[in-house]
Order: sequence, then structure tokens, then C-alpha cells
Amino acid sequence: MAHITIAEALRDGLREEMARDDRVFCIGEDIGIPGGWGGAFTVTLGLEKDFRERIIDTPISEAGFFGVALGAAVMGLRPVADVQYSDFLFCAMDQVVNQIATLRYMSGGKVTVPLVMRAPVGATGRGAQHARNPEAIFYGIPGLKIVCPATAYDAKGLLKAAIREDNPVLIFEHKLLYGSKGARAESGNIDASSEVPAEDYIVPIGSGIVRREGSDVTIIGTLLMMHRALLAAERLAAEGISAEVIDPRSLVPFDWPLVEASAQKTGRAVIVEEGPRTGGIGGELAATLSERLVDYLLAPVARVASPDIPVPFAPPMEDFYRPTVERIMEAARVVVNG
Amino acid sequence: MAHDAPLLISLYRQMVMIRQFEERVKFLFLEGIMPGTIHQYQGQEAVAVGVCSALDPGDVITSTHRPHGHAIARGLSVESMMHELFGKATGCCHGKGGSMHLGDLEQGMLPAIAIVGGGVPIATGIALAFQMRREPQVAVCFMGDGATNEGAFHEAVNMGAIWSLPVVYVIENNRYSASTPICQTAKVPHLSDRACAYGIPGVTVDGNDLLAVREAAQTALARARGGEGPTLLEGMTYRLTGHSRRDPCAYQPEEERRRAQEQEPIGRFGAWLLAEDVADQPALDAVRAEVDAEIEAAVQSASAAPDPAPQDALNDVFA
Repeated sequence: MAHITIAEALRDGLREEMARDDRVFCIGEDIGIPGGWGGAFTVTLGLEKDFRERIIDTPISEAGFFGVALGAAVMGLRPVADVQYSDFLFCAMDQVVNQIATLRYMSGGKVTVPLVMRAPVGATGRGAQHARNPEAIFYGIPGLKIVCPATAYDAKGLLKAAIREDNPVLIFEHKLLYGSKGARAESGNIDASSEVPAEDYIVPIGSGIVRREGSDVTIIGTLLMMHRALLAAERLAAEGISAEVIDPRSLVPFDWPLVEASAQKTGRAVIVEEGPRTGGIGGELAATLSERLVDYLLAPVARVASPDIPVPFAPPMEDFYRPTVERIMEAARVVVNG
Repeated sequence: MAHDAPLLISLYRQMVMIRQFEERVKFLFLEGIMPGTIHQYQGQEAVAVGVCSALDPGDVITSTHRPHGHAIARGLSVESMMHELFGKATGCCHGKGGSMHLGDLEQGMLPAIAIVGGGVPIATGIALAFQMRREPQVAVCFMGDGATNEGAFHEAVNMGAIWSLPVVYVIENNRYSASTPICQTAKVPHLSDRACAYGIPGVTVDGNDLLAVREAAQTALARARGGEGPTLLEGMTYRLTGHSRRDPCAYQPEEERRRAQEQEPIGRFGAWLLAEDVADQPALDAVRAEVDAEIEAAVQSASAAPDPAPQDALNDVFA
């Protein structure tokens, strides 16, 4: 066992998978330049020393290299395409949405697309264009699997599962959870490091986990919001509210049995997400829970999300934008106490 | 030099197959018998056949929203294509692709990419896979003239160039991006001139001259296979039918259309075969009759095939 950060866990996962399977390669901007950063957040740092031909630095051409990754994937390689900020996925939107998510279907199931896409999310003092949480946009695109690791253990296990998966998988990683070091360290970093076993393991895509058990309300959140939900649950306990915290870990497929069982038990649910409220994941989850658990819910499902605005720059405005521990607690109090 | 008559007649046959396939499909479509929409290839046959006849087994092509000619030239059966156009589960994409996504990777053709320019990065990635695995294969990317104005074209051709990938980018310049003349949307006299921006060779050939296309493709393929990187190969051609559906081509000047008819590739190549004594008229007529019979059999078989179960739409999203 080693206690490591998410950036280190992802790096170890990439190294192990590339050593295990010579079809695996990484492609992206600034990922393997000697003297560079190993991607925007150090995940691929140093891998080029061991895998010079399989760490492919590209021009600044997101539409181009996502398509290149797709072409390599259909021929049987297993690319990991690395975008520096998830906001840049929009430059590659035709490839991700029209091609990567669709090609297998259009072929009648004859083409296979084993392709991993890694994308950092979250507001971190960079203004509106290096800040988005676009999970909900891709959540509405059939043909993509989506995972959101909140701990180092899950980051490595989900990455390995994604690389071994015969479908396109988007991994959203949170900038404040990486634990990147040196020049690429983020201020406001949250400790998401964890014990990671030395032996090989995966975290199955589509399996959520109960992070804290409780009986009064189920709080559901991924990435940074999962960490804030845990803090909220601790403080709610002091107020006499017992909150269960669920980290779905995957958005597609979604671990409905786990979430339903919890919400059925508690009778109340709060969904927390960092992206904007309108068109968010919370709306879809709330609607589905309402449909399936109409006989069990004691209160309407609550959503805690960001307002429907672009991400602001000024630190107090950014803090106002993103759901806080206090906002999560308040939503839980309302569903529990009415 | 003695001509390789069987080869030349097989190339003629492929072009006739494309033309007759398209004419039959157009009729079926206008009669309301065939569902969907169609983008057809009449007049451009020499590009697909010239290039694909120079490929090796294992080479892979990418195609566009106008893929029927590429598919026939790459060796897909007209039966599997016709079934797909009719939306049958027995089609080459099990009815989930249709006209604009025809293809079969096992036959060396990725299901066609119908977003203009979208296939250029993908072909580049197929070439990257060949290079990384040190395989001798080449990827060929067919695109229309309009695709060269897409950002994806620039990004992808640049990557093909900097990594010296085994890929040939083939521009079929039929002079119109849908209805807009290419001279309104590009300043360069030849689209292949854009190659200089990437440091690769750019070649323009008469895309209605089958043997000229084939020879240029052989040169570009040898270069790619030899590790010297991509070529931007432009074939000047003309679309003798509408952009899609019932387009009457009112934007094409009458005189231009008349000249294009005179220059169309099948008549030219047929006349050359006769002049060179490679074939006589009865032999060419026999080719046409064989082709028509094969297409008619495909139409009969496709229209008789059962429709797919609607709920099969839910399959094949994930592996």
C-alpha cells in the first residue's frame, strides 16, 4: 500500500497499463515534452522516459487529435487522449459527439472504439474558459461512458477499467483534487489522496460507493462535490441529522440500484453538482428517483448546483458560484425538517 | 507496351457498376421506393476506381456523405450496399448506417463519415496505427473540395505531415460545396496548393482520366508506404447529378454541364479501350449487361428482405 495523490495514481495507472499492453498509448498537448509539465496537471510527467514512442505530443489541435485517437482505436490500439482543460473538449466536439460516440452504432456494431478521454474540470481562479464542469453536456450523449473519480484509489481503478473497456470512456478529473505538485500545484487543493494497493486492481465502471452511512437523507455527489458532501454530513451529524453520502463514481452507466436502495431507506435525497442547475445531472437524477420511488420519498428531491451563469473570475464570486458545504447542509435541513 | 486487358476491363466494369448503381438508386429514390436521402457519385467514378485499384489488401479508406462509389471501388458487394440503403438488417451496417454511413472495416472501408472534414483526422489516426505497429498499410482519406475549408482538415493534414504518416489525402474537386462554387470559397488556383502549408507534395490530376488518377495514386501510395509521408492528391472532376435528393443543379451553368458531359470518365475510358483495341463494343456492352443484372438482383433481394425489428435500434450502442 502507498498513500498517493490522484495525479500520482493516474500516472501509476497509465504506466502499469502501458507496460501490460503495448496497444495503450497517450496522445495530447504538452504531455511528454522533456523539461515540460507532463500535461497541464503533471499526470503524464516522466512517462516519456519509459515509453518514448507511446507518449505522443500533438500540435494544439483538439479536433485533430481526438479524431486521430479515434482512428487508432478503430484499428485496435487503445489510446488515452488527454485534453488540458475540459473546456477544450468543445474544440473537439464533432469528433467526440458525432464520431467517437456514434461510430460503433452506425457500423451496426461491427466497429469497436476502445478510447479513453481524460478531461480536468472545475473552477480554479481562471475565469470562464478554463473552469467548466461539462459533465451534464456529455451525460446527454448516448454512446459515451463517463466516470468521475474523487479519490486516488478510484482514479487509478477507474482509469485501468476505462483502458480495458471496449467503449469510449470520458474521465472527468477535478483540478482541486489532483494533488499536483511543483509549478502545477493548485491553490485551494483538497486532499483526495488515499491508500492504493501495490497489486493490480480495477474499479468497475458503473459501480458507486457509500462514502458515509446515514438514515435521514441521501446526499449524492461526485468529484469535489463528494468531498463537500462528506464535510456537510459530518457537520449535520452535530445537528442531529444523519446523512448518507453516495459517490456514484460513474455517471454512465449509473449505479441505480445503490442510489435507489439508499434513497428508499432514507426517504430523502439531495443531489449536488458543480455545473449549472439548468440542464444539469441533478434534474435527470431527481426525475428518475421521483418516478421510481414515489411510494418511498418523504420530501421532494432537492438539487444543489451552480447558478446558470458562466464561471466568474473574482475569488469571492467563484466561491459564491460553486456549491458550498453550507448550501449542501441547508438543502439537507430543508428536506429533513421541511 | 501491351495492355493488361483483364485489369483494364475490370476497372471499366467498376466504373460502370458505380454509374449504374447510382442511376438505379436514383430511380428507386425518386419513385419513393427507397427511404432516406442520397448523395450520388455520377461523374466522379474515375477518382474512386483509380485510387482504390492501386490499394493493397489491408489498406483502409475513409469516405464521406457521398460514399457509394468509394464502397463499390473498395470491393463492398452491391448486395450488402443495397440492403443497407433499403434499411435492412442484412445491410453492411445492419440498417443502422444507411446511405451516408456505408462501409465495412473488414473490407477496408470505415463506415463513411458524413460530417464534412470529419473523416480527415480519423484517417490520420488509422495511419498512425499502421505506423505505430510498423505495418506496411496505408490509409486513404477521400474528401470533397469543401472539406478543405474545414478546420479539421488543417489540423489533421498537419499532423499527418509532421509525423510522416502513411496516408494519402484525396480531394475530389467536383467544383461545388453543395451549391456554392469552390472559386467563391478558396483563393488558391488548385486546392492541392494548400499542401505547401504542411510541407508535403500536392498534386492535381484530371480526375476524369482513370489511368492518370491511378498513376498519381500509385506514386502517392508508394511514397506513403515507403515512410515518406502524406500526399495531397486532387482530382478535378464534376458531379453530373444533384448534391442530394431532387436537386436540379440550377446553379451549374448549362455550358459547364455540357462540357462536363463530354469529359465524363466512363465514355472517355470506354472510347480509349476501343481505340487501343483492348476491347470491342460487344465486350463493353456485355460488361454493362452483367452489371445491370447484378444490380437488379441486389434490388430484388434487398426489397424482399425483412425489415429489422424496431427494438433492435436499442442494440449496438456499446460493445
